[in-house]
Amino acid sequence: MANETTIRFDIFRYHPQEDEPPRFQSYDVPYQEDWVVLDAINWIKDNVDGTLSYRWSCRMGVCGSCGMVINGEPKLTCAAFLRDYYPNAIRVEPLANFPVERDLVITMDDFMTKLESVNPYIVRDDVDDTSGGEYRQTPAQLAQYKQYSMCINCMLCYSACPVMGHEPEFIGPAALALGHRYNKDSRDQGTSERLEKMMEHEAVWGCTFVGECTEVCPKNVDPAGAIQQAKAAAAQHYFKRLIMPKGAGR
Amino acid sequence: MAIPKHEHDVVVVGGGGAGLRAAIAIAHQDARLSVAMVSKVYPMRSHTVAAEGGAAAVIKPNDSLEDHIYDTISGSDWLADQDAVEIFVNECPGEMIQLEHWGCPWSREPDGSVSVRPFGGMKIERTWFAADKTGFHMLHTLFQTTLKYNNITRYDEYFATRLLVDDGRCCGCTAIEMRTGQVHAVLGKSVIICTGGAGKVFPFTTNGAIKTGDGMAMAYRAGAALKDMEFVQYHPTGLPGTGILITEASRGEGGILVNKHGDRYLRHYDLGEPLDVTDSKHPQKRTMELGPRDKLSQCFVYEMQKGNTIETKYGHVVNLDLRHLGEKKIDKKIPFVRELATNYAGVDPVYELIPVRPVLHYMMGGIDTDVEGATSIAGLYAAGECACVSLNGANRLGSNSLTELLVFGARSGKSAAQFALAHEQINVDALEAQARDEQLRISKDYINKAGGTQRLVDLRSVMHESMEKGAGIFRDEASLKRTCETLTELSERFKDVALDDHTLSFNTELTAALELGYMLDVAQTLVHAALARRESRGSHQRTDYLQRDDDQFLKHSMAHFDPTAPSTPRIDYKPVAITKWPPAKRTYGADSGLKANAGPATSK
Repeated sequence: MANETTIRFDIFRYHPQEDEPPRFQSYDVPYQEDWVVLDAINWIKDNVDGTLSYRWSCRMGVCGSCGMVINGEPKLTCAAFLRDYYPNAIRVEPLANFPVERDLVITMDDFMTKLESVNPYIVRDDVDDTSGGEYRQTPAQLAQYKQYSMCINCMLCYSACPVMGHEPEFIGPAALALGHRYNKDSRDQGTSERLEKMMEHEAVWGCTFVGECTEVCPKNVDPAGAIQQAKAAAAQHYFKRLIMPKGAGR
Repeated sequence: MAIPKHEHDVVVVGGGGAGLRAAIAIAHQDARLSVAMVSKVYPMRSHTVAAEGGAAAVIKPNDSLEDHIYDTISGSDWLADQDAVEIFVNECPGEMIQLEHWGCPWSREPDGSVSVRPFGGMKIERTWFAADKTGFHMLHTLFQTTLKYNNITRYDEYFATRLLVDDGRCCGCTAIEMRTGQVHAVLGKSVIICTGGAGKVFPFTTNGAIKTGDGMAMAYRAGAALKDMEFVQYHPTGLPGTGILITEASRGEGGILVNKHGDRYLRHYDLGEPLDVTDSKHPQKRTMELGPRDKLSQCFVYEMQKGNTIETKYGHVVNLDLRHLGEKKIDKKIPFVRELATNYAGVDPVYELIPVRPVLHYMMGGIDTDVEGATSIAGLYAAGECACVSLNGANRLGSNSLTELLVFGARSGKSAAQFALAHEQINVDALEAQARDEQLRISKDYINKAGGTQRLVDLRSVMHESMEKGAGIFRDEASLKRTCETLTELSERFKDVALDDHTLSFNTELTAALELGYMLDVAQTLVHAALARRESRGSHQRTDYLQRDDDQFLKHSMAHFDPTAPSTPRIDYKPVAITKWPPAKRTYGADSGLKANAGPATSK
């Protein structure tokens, strides 16, 4: 590697079995113009340090496993090219606002619970009866929710969200956008119950629409827009319930 | 030493499309049945997520079940079991409508019906799609639907290491809880393996890091046969370097392949005559760019041999031209193609050609099952890419695999549920004892092992190089034999593996080592089965045996694990089920749609 061009990586290390605080470890990685950060981390694991732990799989920006904080910004490491940082060093940390399991691996339990909490599935009585063929849905109806169905659960938005930092109970951008996706789906009839679950925690109302979630989203889902629309729908829903107590229509 | 144990009715190993569909089938059938879903990744990370182009099912009035059957059987080069194909094709529409009801955002026609597009090897367009992220949407829809059922218990990031087989019956698996490194025993009255393929045995693949043949190898070690493993599919259009897939839908929408002279070279290889891209009949089904994947990948090699490909730093390529489709159509129908080509190849397909080359994509072979998903081991079922029903034979048709996950995921779920209800008793003590042995093995061979000289990356690299050289698009006896020998050596070297990480929590070096062990098993079955098949059929092309040989090889290869010679699978054969479609010449291009080829018509 004598004459090879290299790039410096400073990587967050933490091991729960070791009695040591988190630290940063530096590695020099051969610089390849078309490598992404994930390629460099894989190179380190294969060739230098087999103890480095992180998640990854598809390497094409769709499985959602490899989100980390790169030089302060939440990113999919499979879509962050070395050429955009070189010759500067690259600092890699686990996503913010989550407990760390080890190194770059964060704990997802809370996120999974939140995802489940918004009833993210079609609710309607005949949902398992296929005898009548497909439900009709026009391209315009599809367009109502399509954008919100593109979330890959990479959790970059949780890392970026200023509310998550001080209100850990907040359901958060991705889960709220997912709930909103089903509310806007013309095939669904479960909006009423779903909205109540989505709006249960007061932190929803604390979302300040700074739009950091939408900013970092690698799939252009626009969770901030979804939350805003969901809030409006919820306000309307509460008002309706006030004048038409439960059972009186949808 | 106590091993944590968890008792359920059915244990599903793998949380991709097939596993999720199986879990829903069980949970839906009887709310009292308890389902365990054991997956080494959170289910929405499973590789079903990466499928792009679509899923086949007959839904439109101009299509017919017999056409889908014929396309599948001829696509398989007559190695598919025809009873399995008929069941599959008959059940595809219902499964796809069910997934539509569960919320999958299918692309639609103005009247609200689902849209379909043509794919390679199809007489009529029948591929349902959700733009070009079909697998992603199917996976998330299935995963989110499982959240309705409180009788499904997920074991997320539990890495399965071994099937627990007691008295000839499979009753669960051991799995490492990755967070803690603890080995658990997940017990059930039946087990379904849905762990996907093993593309990672090759160096250049569309497959994600997780596709390491875990379930195939576990079933093989437990005594189930791996069937037709020599048949691996190269997809003709991957990005050089990364192997990222550019979906066949790009050709279904009208994209063309050209060599370095700008020639649509497929016209030289019995795939029909090209129509101009402005012709309203372009693209023609079962013709040119809509030929089957095996043939298109083979044509690439012929072009390379003629010097007609373009040399790049990542090997030879040809070009995929989408420019005539225009920005509007590209953004509407295949936006992910534009995103991937722009990000990973630095070309915008609206204005530029996309460099592509064949890339390993799919394994037609897998755990031998019947049409109910049952393996030869009592209580053990399999579905999806890890299984071989056999629907795909010697070459899978594009867009059959996603529907296969649904049809055979659901069928195996129902069968495993019935088996669990009929066989209540399991020998928990015996299973726990096996789980303790497994904990000891992992501890002794990896966590607490001192020394060792072999680095994982070196073993993996040798395997990759050897597989590509010996068992790629074209094969011969000498190259296959060399690869067999290399793999045997690697298995020896693997025993002397050295790990840096001897801790328990989220030890991904340990799981990578276990995955390499699985891959070596799978690679051995693949290469030995390829060596034994002295003919050319579908994706298995022998330069020393150029013709299909129905007299000797119209049969499925079966690779069995031999404990006395662990590196050398025993190969024997099983007949192919031929019902109404006697083997015929496989033709594409102008004459490929002839009814004369199609055998007797079946009722719709």
